[in-house]
Amino acid sequence: MSTVWVWLEHSDGKLVQSAREALAAAQALGSQVVGIIAAGTPELVEALAVRAGQFGAQAIIATADPTLESYRFEPHVALLRALVDAEQPAALLAGHTLRGREVLSGLAGSLGVGALTDCLSLEWSEERLVAVRPAYDGKVLCRAVLRRGTVQLATLRESAFTAQPVPDAPSPPLQWAEAALAEDAIATKVEAFAASSAEVDLTSARVIVAGGRGVGGPEGFGPLEELASVLGGAVGASRAAVDAGWIPYAHQIGQTGKDVSPELYFAVGISGAIQHVSGMRSARTIVAINKDPNAPIFEMASYGLQGDLHELIPAITQALRAQLADR
Amino acid sequence: MDFALNEEQRRAQEMVRDFASKEIAPTIAEWDRRQEMNPAILPRMAELGILGINIPVRYGGQGFDYLTLALVCEELERVDTTLRVIISVHMGLNSMGVFQWGTEEQKQMFLVPQARGERYAAFCLTEPGAGSDVAAMTSTARRDGNDYILNGEKMWISLATKAHHFLVFAKTDPQATPAHAGITAFMVTNEMPGVTTRDLHGKLGVRAGSTGWVKLDDVRVPASHRIGEEDEGFKIAMSCIDNGRYTVAAGAVGLIRACLEESVKYAHERSTFGVEIGKHQLIQQKIAYMQQWYESARLLVMKAGWLKNVGQRNTRETSLAKWYATDCSVKAALEAVQLYGAYGFSDEYPVERYLRNAKGGVIYEGTSEIHQLIQADYALGYREDKPLRCELPAYNEDAWLEEADLVPA
Amino acid sequence: MHVVVITKATPDDNATVRVDPQGVVTWGDKLVLNPWDEYAVTEAVLLQERYGARTTVLTLGNEAHDEALKKSLAIGIQQAARIWDPALEKHDSLQHSQAMAAAIRKLGDVDLVLFGKEFTDTANDQHIYMLGRQLGWNVVGSMLKLLQVDPTAGTLRLERMLEQGIQTVSTRLPAVVSLFDDINEPRYPSFVNIRKASRAAISIWDAAELDLALEPPAVEVLEYLNLPERVGNVEMIEGDTPSAKAQALVQKLMEAKLL
Ligand SMILES: Cc1cc2nc3c(=O)[nH]c(=O)nc-3n(C[C@H](O)[C@H](O)[C@H](O)COP(=O)(O)OP(=O)(O)OC[C@H]3O[C@@H](n4cnc5c(N)ncnc54)[C@H](O)[C@@H]3O)c2cc1C
Repeated sequence: MSTVWVWLEHSDGKLVQSAREALAAAQALGSQVVGIIAAGTPELVEALAVRAGQFGAQAIIATADPTLESYRFEPHVALLRALVDAEQPAALLAGHTLRGREVLSGLAGSLGVGALTDCLSLEWSEERLVAVRPAYDGKVLCRAVLRRGTVQLATLRESAFTAQPVPDAPSPPLQWAEAALAEDAIATKVEAFAASSAEVDLTSARVIVAGGRGVGGPEGFGPLEELASVLGGAVGASRAAVDAGWIPYAHQIGQTGKDVSPELYFAVGISGAIQHVSGMRSARTIVAINKDPNAPIFEMASYGLQGDLHELIPAITQALRAQLADR
Repeated sequence: MDFALNEEQRRAQEMVRDFASKEIAPTIAEWDRRQEMNPAILPRMAELGILGINIPVRYGGQGFDYLTLALVCEELERVDTTLRVIISVHMGLNSMGVFQWGTEEQKQMFLVPQARGERYAAFCLTEPGAGSDVAAMTSTARRDGNDYILNGEKMWISLATKAHHFLVFAKTDPQATPAHAGITAFMVTNEMPGVTTRDLHGKLGVRAGSTGWVKLDDVRVPASHRIGEEDEGFKIAMSCIDNGRYTVAAGAVGLIRACLEESVKYAHERSTFGVEIGKHQLIQQKIAYMQQWYESARLLVMKAGWLKNVGQRNTRETSLAKWYATDCSVKAALEAVQLYGAYGFSDEYPVERYLRNAKGGVIYEGTSEIHQLIQADYALGYREDKPLRCELPAYNEDAWLEEADLVPA
Repeated sequence: MHVVVITKATPDDNATVRVDPQGVVTWGDKLVLNPWDEYAVTEAVLLQERYGARTTVLTLGNEAHDEALKKSLAIGIQQAARIWDPALEKHDSLQHSQAMAAAIRKLGDVDLVLFGKEFTDTANDQHIYMLGRQLGWNVVGSMLKLLQVDPTAGTLRLERMLEQGIQTVSTRLPAVVSLFDDINEPRYPSFVNIRKASRAAISIWDAAELDLALEPPAVEVLEYLNLPERVGNVEMIEGDTPSAKAQALVQKLMEAKLL
């Protein structure tokens, strides 16, 4: 039946989480799942191909070329365009990461077709892809269908799909392709890359401990950081806390910040204003900690603790440490 | 009759709202607690042009009308009273006084830098022993050649430690009868030898603002700094106050709106007896009153602003608006605190600050009692306005935009 | 150098957006300059001040979208045009990118097109990268810092964001660049520009004017849905002391296999 491709984004020699999730989504949609790998060296391609196989890629189309080593829009879009023209897959998926959305949207523009981006779910309906995706800044959702194009393009909201390891999968066969652009045809040059040191990667964090106005000041975020580090999570914040200058903007979750969907979300001293909620309501489990028993955040939480966060947070950190030490 | 704001007024209002809510609101509670003024405020208001909003472009201002001035005050006091107090003294009581009474030379010397926000301005009428009873002041100005020598102490002066220009009222003729007939106005600058200023602390409200005293010890002031004629000071002071009161009234409207908006928000958030408190009729009554006070006070302010725009005397209407709006702001703040229950009693929520700030509004620029006397005197025919030697210029868009570069690029 | 910002008017940040029983999205009436575009407009105004760039703001939509143009002019952009044709009413990203490309070609001498992160109403940024390919220009997304512009050499150097870190890249004009809100402090309108904006004439270009043959939308929204409600099932963790509550919570999280 249908062949579904996945653009396999990688970083630091590994497939990114959203690429593994996209492979799972592709398995649900297609009979044949093909991973597309574009990397700087054949060795890297081969290592990635093995990993892709373990997450459901049945075949790989790959290009190893120095032009593809650091990310640039033009060579990636051009390569995908050439591959799609040659092979005509039914669909091409990618994670809704910064690169994923650029590359797939660019490809759509190049082909003159549409794309469904930031999909929360994806299914076939009369051979067209139908997605549930956000609208109006994530305050509502919409169901949208791709009307045009032979290849159907979609990017997937991070954490909305669950990666599925395929135990004992054979290494997928590799088909090599040429790069589409030579270096001198690419005007964009990457001069440097500074990996963010423990940068707040909120969007891919599995656990987030977020603080709001109730945290009371910059010092109040110390205990939240401790809790996050015990949980291996990241620290987030509401706009009120960022506006007050207690924590940098990079931590802001919500309408003018980041959208997150972690498995576990601690809303600490956050009342639950709509602007914040729109950025975190797809979290799987929400623990709300607030002094005000009527704070709206409790309405959407799975677990609620009413009381003084300055006492509760250190107590939770301590209880967790004890628990983890037992294991 | 047209109640609609034009696009420019609306956008100016929105701009000031954005500024106050983004740059001031997040930290205002902290400055209030510290009893200090956020040092970023005055330079920022200057940079944005707010300090010259309703002064013609050719005098360094932005050339907006008097209604826009009210909108600006409403937005500023929606966030904190101290922001509006800046406009009241810098613009209402001082700059507009110079605009009305100053010579062209004085406008160039004082108004232009004030409207551009290069110089901050204050108003020094009250003394330790003379508030409502202005004529009881004891500050003196003695002529000495081409100068005057000023002595005295001014008390409760907003921006005492921040301002560069002080519009000071002192007696050139201490023996005059009636006593107010011997008062003269001077522009004193903070660089003049003999001027000392200090802020007061332990105030009930406007804690994030500067209020202090200004002491004058043999301060030599050139005659070119005398605003108006000798012995004309009382009239000048009263016309300045017509403008200051207007800004206080407009600000009080913002304070009522703050009470209303925060109360509506909390009425939806808090529940008792299984329903949000907004569903209780006695809470609804509080909200309904706040709405009534807001709308009615705003109409009185707009009426006064319209009179200013068309160049009609508005002492009576401005006094009524100031009395009513500030009285309502105290009531609204009391109700807001009540609606918040114990949380309203704590400085974690803003409503207790609103209450403390509202109380100042019924004291300065004519206590509520004084406004009642004024209103009664007008109604009873005991009081009547006489034309002034210099009237506040009516708004004239073309003239006020003269020299503005409005050509699209 | 001619810098163009493409924007839109979108519902106010604070608006509550709901889908009514008829399936119609409601948010109150108020439209504002798409919040992410305040940064793009500010960046263009900075280029105007630093390099003497000419600046234009474009939008797509009916007259309600003039708000975005007027606000941009009030912040300091020099001229504005609105693209509108009834065929564009579905707000389809592909169609929009085609119309934008036609408008950029009509302007003729554009060197740089700036976008904010996304349009909040369609919750989409694909038009940005589509436009890049429609024009065949260089594209850099998620700019965090503009390091250097050389209008004579026609080059740009900038820092862009990736999830894993920050890339420093250079590219050649003409280019399409989207930017992140870390890039600047958005400007407020200034009083004098508010005057200019209210007096400005806005050009309106339809499909014929742009010589544009529009196909039907590439993506069709079938329906709008309210977010799933998460109400009523909160489990309040009780305990006599903070530490008792903490232990009870950790127990629950263990049971739910969340740790
Ligand atoms: C925060 C703040 C900022 C201020 N800023 C300035 C400023 O920048 N410049 C400036 O010059 N002044 C300023 N003032 C002073 C203010 O204008 C005076 O406090 C005000 O005029 C009242 O004067 P008073 O305090 O001396 O009260 P008094 O005049 O002593 O009045 C005491 C009480 O008696 C009542 N009363 C007085 N006379 C009568 C009467 N005839 N009939 C009935 N009741 C009467 C009053 O209403 C009041 O209740 C400020 C005051 C405050 C609190």
